[in-house]
Amino acid sequence: MIQFDNVTFAYEKGKPVLSDVSFAIEKGETVGLIGANGAGKSTVMKLLLGLAGPGAGNKGVSGRADGKIIVDGEEVSPRNLSQIRRKLGFVLQNSDNQMFMPTVWEDMLFGLLNYGMTRQEAEQRAQKVLRELGQEKLRGLYNHRISGGEKRMAAVATVLAMDPEVLLMDEPTSALDPYNRRIVINTIRKLPCTKVITSHDLDMIYDTCGRVILLSEGRVAADGPSETILRDRGLLEANRMELPLRFQQ
Amino acid sequence: MSQNIERSIRDLREMDTLASGDSPLHRVSAGAKLLVTVVYILVVVSFDKFNMSGLMFMLLYPAVLFAVSGIPVSTCFYKLRFVLPIVCAVGIFNPILDRTPAFPLGSFVVTTGMISMVTLLMKGVFCLMASFLLAASTRIEAICAVLRKIHVPSMLVTLLLLTYRYAAVLAEEANVMTQAYNLRAPGQKGIHYKAWGSFLGQLLLRSMDRAEELYSSMLLRGYHGEFYYAQGGSSSIGDVLYAVSWCALFIAARCVNLTQLLGTSVLR
Repeated sequence: MIQFDNVTFAYEKGKPVLSDVSFAIEKGETVGLIGANGAGKSTVMKLLLGLAGPGAGNKGVSGRADGKIIVDGEEVSPRNLSQIRRKLGFVLQNSDNQMFMPTVWEDMLFGLLNYGMTRQEAEQRAQKVLRELGQEKLRGLYNHRISGGEKRMAAVATVLAMDPEVLLMDEPTSALDPYNRRIVINTIRKLPCTKVITSHDLDMIYDTCGRVILLSEGRVAADGPSETILRDRGLLEANRMELPLRFQQ
Repeated sequence: MSQNIERSIRDLREMDTLASGDSPLHRVSAGAKLLVTVVYILVVVSFDKFNMSGLMFMLLYPAVLFAVSGIPVSTCFYKLRFVLPIVCAVGIFNPILDRTPAFPLGSFVVTTGMISMVTLLMKGVFCLMASFLLAASTRIEAICAVLRKIHVPSMLVTLLLLTYRYAAVLAEEANVMTQAYNLRAPGQKGIHYKAWGSFLGQLLLRSMDRAEELYSSMLLRGYHGEFYYAQGGSSSIGDVLYAVSWCALFIAARCVNLTQLLGTSVLR
């Protein structure tokens, strides 16, 4: 579904953020992308979404990438960016930056209508997603009047309404209280689509992802089952990480 | 200072809340409201500077709209509190520059300068009220959708929408920074002038980052300059009637002094 082939990327010449990164993610997999700050997790997301590198024209402030980034058999480029973005749903770390319409409902309809759905179809889809998430109460609420947890659920709902084939989530549990964190984790586990999650919350990654890719200084330091990587104290500590809390006794 | 910014953010959001209301005026299509507002402003502005009585009739439009929409008049004047003094200042020198006597009012002589000052003031206030009523009863996205329909360039319309949306983002960032400053400068009133340079620079950079992320979020959900999600794009017969009736009335008021006509008929 997603393939990075020897991708090297730099915003500035001579200062690579990613070096020779290669991995492949199969359809239906849930993969945790972990690593210390500055390891290149967000850059991987940006490259996939065409917000940097080849998708953004491979020049200027968007940086330059070498290698191939393939989503569902198509190489990411400005030419096919809209088709590729149609397949990807991205939940930003800061939900405030994701929810730009006045109400949750309008935010949910925004993408659907942009992609050519009729209002009736879009409303049916949005309603279905809210029902599935058990968040129907969000429908009439204003974005600026909801709590952080509700906002995060709303952000997830707006992206799920688009019915993406791949869900990309950047720190989905940051700034959430334990109760809302648990709701988000349960929601992620229930979703059938391919998921790529970046986070420092390794307990959440352990709960949701079957596989983990550990990035360190722009390189893939490890790629394998969560069970193996997240229990490997030596590997994690060598890459400025720690064992998940549950394994720290 | 932080409280002022918070108040401004609330004000901005209150406009969204007002625009999401449900009244007969809110249900009129954005196109019809935009057309009527533009015609209203053009007609009001075109009145002769001494035609105060003719202009008086134009108060009917905002009065009816306030009554129908349920939007409080006080909210309008509260939100326009910073602009109104400027409007008032526009004709302030007219009574000094033009002292030609017009008519006596008891022992007091009203000059043409005074009349033109009041007329200018009325024009300004009426136009502001009409613009406020449009903004308070119509979603910004619906207005943008109409602008796109009449082929206003996508770039300009996007700029309008994003300016409106980013104003809140900018204010939020300014608020966070002011709070952080105040917490480390107890007892200090406002921000010291020496810190203004770096404060504004940081504010710009932070707002740009947030704005960029917001725009990316729009792009990732298929936005490319069109406003498919805006309601009120299509017009019904009711909308056409609304627009035609008001425009006809405005033009009639411009051609005939309806206030005078009404007054004469009542006196008869």
